[in-house]
Amino acid sequence: MTKQRGLSHLDELESESIHIMREVAVSFAKPVMLYSIGKDSSVMLRLAQKAFHPGTPPFPLLHVDTTWKFPEMYDFRDRMARETGMELIVHVNEEGRAQGIGPFTHGSALHTDVMKTQALKQAIEQYGFDAALAGARRDEEASRAKERVFSLRTRTHRWDPKNQRPELWRLYNAHLSNGETMRVFPLSNWTELDVWNYIDREKIPVVPLYFSAPRPVVRREGTLMMVADRRMKLEPGEEPETKRVRFRTLGCYPLTGGIESDADNVPAIISEMLSATESERQGRVIDRDGEGSMERKKQEGYF
Amino acid sequence: MSPVTPSQEFRAYVNARETRDVLRFITCGSVDDGKSTLIGRLLYESKLVFQDQLDRVEADSKRHGTQGGALDLALLVDGLQAEREQGITIDVAYRTFSTGKRSFIVADTPGHEQYTRNMATGASTADLAIVLIDARKGVMPQTRRHTTILALLGIRHVILAVNKMDLVGWSRTVHEGITGVYCRFAKQLDVTNVTSIPVSALTGGNVIKPSVEMGWYHGPTLLQALETADVATDRERAPFRMSVQWVNRPDAGFRGFAGTIASGLVRPGDPVLICPAQKPSTVSRIVTADGDLACARPGQAVTLTLADDVDVSRGDVIASPTKPPGRSDQFAGHLIWMHENAMLPQRPYLLKIGTHVAGAQVTALKYKLNVESLERVAAKTLALNDIAYCNINLDRQIAFDPYRELKETGGFILIDRYTHTTVGAGMIDFALRRASNLTRHAFTVDKPARSVQKNQKACVLWFTGLSGSGKSTTANAVEQRLYVLGRHSYVLDGENLRHGLTEDLGFTAADRVENVRRIAEVAKLFVDAGLIVLVSVISPFRDERQMARRMMEEGEFVEVFVDAPLEVCERRDPKGLYRKARTGEIKNFTGIDSPYEPPENPDIVLKAGERSADELADQVIAYLRSRVEM
Repeated sequence: MTKQRGLSHLDELESESIHIMREVAVSFAKPVMLYSIGKDSSVMLRLAQKAFHPGTPPFPLLHVDTTWKFPEMYDFRDRMARETGMELIVHVNEEGRAQGIGPFTHGSALHTDVMKTQALKQAIEQYGFDAALAGARRDEEASRAKERVFSLRTRTHRWDPKNQRPELWRLYNAHLSNGETMRVFPLSNWTELDVWNYIDREKIPVVPLYFSAPRPVVRREGTLMMVADRRMKLEPGEEPETKRVRFRTLGCYPLTGGIESDADNVPAIISEMLSATESERQGRVIDRDGEGSMERKKQEGYF
Repeated sequence: MSPVTPSQEFRAYVNARETRDVLRFITCGSVDDGKSTLIGRLLYESKLVFQDQLDRVEADSKRHGTQGGALDLALLVDGLQAEREQGITIDVAYRTFSTGKRSFIVADTPGHEQYTRNMATGASTADLAIVLIDARKGVMPQTRRHTTILALLGIRHVILAVNKMDLVGWSRTVHEGITGVYCRFAKQLDVTNVTSIPVSALTGGNVIKPSVEMGWYHGPTLLQALETADVATDRERAPFRMSVQWVNRPDAGFRGFAGTIASGLVRPGDPVLICPAQKPSTVSRIVTADGDLACARPGQAVTLTLADDVDVSRGDVIASPTKPPGRSDQFAGHLIWMHENAMLPQRPYLLKIGTHVAGAQVTALKYKLNVESLERVAAKTLALNDIAYCNINLDRQIAFDPYRELKETGGFILIDRYTHTTVGAGMIDFALRRASNLTRHAFTVDKPARSVQKNQKACVLWFTGLSGSGKSTTANAVEQRLYVLGRHSYVLDGENLRHGLTEDLGFTAADRVENVRRIAEVAKLFVDAGLIVLVSVISPFRDERQMARRMMEEGEFVEVFVDAPLEVCERRDPKGLYRKARTGEIKNFTGIDSPYEPPENPDIVLKAGERSADELADQVIAYLRSRVEM
């Protein structure tokens, strides 16, 4: 064995994220951690537990529920809240629910705007949160590569990419003016592969949908969509078939495409990724609404 | 189909991930040197680009590409729509990639002059820099500027990538010429570790694979140089430092100090010093969620418990007692200005260093650095992207190290007190011992004694408002009443003082700040003498009025806003100044071509456009009576 100098890549990422979470806990009056139930949220949760050990993390979890998640995600969410002992706040845009907004009837763009972007703004205002920890990574999408770790939102929750605070060393500027809020991204420097390596090393539980299993799917616009509940109406001629599929990202099931895979455990997923040719966002319908669509959504307040 | 079992490749990969370290580097160069293309090439050739991303770049190349519809790798990196349209990178972007030997975090920073602050931002966390040079152009002013910033931020390892070699006929002479010029400049800045590599980002030559066209070059390719650069700074052998982020008190039985270790090793039983208070203690445990550690290293986020019940809070530095950090409230160091609003000496800012936030002022601008010629130029203010050497004064003592010894305890940012944006970044050079060498003599007859003697509580009535609003007239009327009431007072009139105390100052923003500072200092002395001081000065900026307030004790500063509309003041124009300002005869006139920032929460508002000086004076006296000053 050669003598190891410094920390390994994963150790360094872990320490950096813990450092960021602690800064948030002490710098803001009412921070919250956004919990989306996905693998990044699972890693965030574990990092938060580590950061404040032996205490529990000094902030609640917020799940902005679009009401269109996979059923298994809800089970997993409630289990994690129980196991960590953290307060879980679930927020639904009730106006949107009353109007029956959904991806099948209103399209992905409107659904995401009302049930996710607007819902998040509502929750932040309703509870008076001044900082929200979120699991976005810079490797996910080009516009995220330019975002700060501490990313300021205006009174109207907008992100102004041309007017970001310079962020030097680890000196995060947490000062807010009236009505401004902060989004903080402790996983900024992580990649999808880092996330899976960390899940593997730390034995972190994730939603079973990430693992391959026989599932009922239909093929729509080139993606494999799971028939997750009764709200999914089959189009004429469509017949669900059972395939071994898994999901690389989890969101609203009608907006999340599965991939055919046999990877049914974490090491297998990592092996598969090492030879993958498509990026994880590929399965997300939302990114393909047009060029620069993620940048536009972020400016409007989507994560 | 059978379930997939981990392959041999996977097992090797998992083993490597525990030993593979990370190199953070920055790429910099002038516009069009090909930075984004080079990073795109690194990502592309190390097979980190997924097919769907590539498909999109291919489509984009046809629309926005600069390669005539051919695959434009810069588009992999240039993320924002605005940048794609302009064809330039406008902000710092971070990318990650890894090879079997190392993981890399790349900061891609813009070459545009007005975005120098982004380069400093990217450099602050980098271990190494790739400086790009267009082989056709050689060392440009921007190259010198960037290298100066790299040196200031403590980067000692530079890879000089002489790009576009395909456009100079793969010429060895060109490469050697540029290398020579660059190394001579870099040496002046103490950047002596330079590896110069001739490359072509467009064809990929010497980026990952050796270039067939440049057989005369025998050094490493760019990727090899990145994989093998030894940037370890022996932080483990440096004295122990940990800035306390957070005091962890989940229950009465546990009190731990959470932080990230900046340098040195720490073990249970180690003696430590809590700085700047310099209280000794001993480490009892190194607590982590994965169990207590026998030893913790630089970069690790841990929680320490101490053997004694010493007072430790956020911002303190837990340090080695044999080599403790310095302690001071005054420093000399470099400052990079990062905001459109100029830096004004004496203006109060917030300074964040480590986990500590303190009030700060630049007390002296020693010189501005011309980053191309390295000449030192005199300066009164700093504009966006200026770099200066200055003295900084804090409102309290802090623990620190010179930046060249440790970035974590020597680098700081300045934050605007109103907008709360980050306006500057600096590097501490050394402490100025002036204040700690001068001990204050304690005199027996003090402020309370003088107050008792005069039968009044000393205070400052700070009249602020536009020229011609009636500040001096009202102050005069107030003082007449105080005199009749047997009170001891004095008027400091901004205009009159310009004949003596402040005669060397003009009306620029910087001079106005100094003007207010001097008057506030004098007012403070008069308050100490037990007087009711009436200050009449336009004092147009909130920051400086706040500064004056902070110089006094709680309750001593009474902000009186003499509120008369500009039209009223201009109509009165008692000294004919507005007329001169309107014709351009005098410059920087408040309300005309220089701003007035009205107080947000004044103690007294005098409606000077509607009421007479006598009525206003009565209002002030009534206020003072209500506050037991009289």
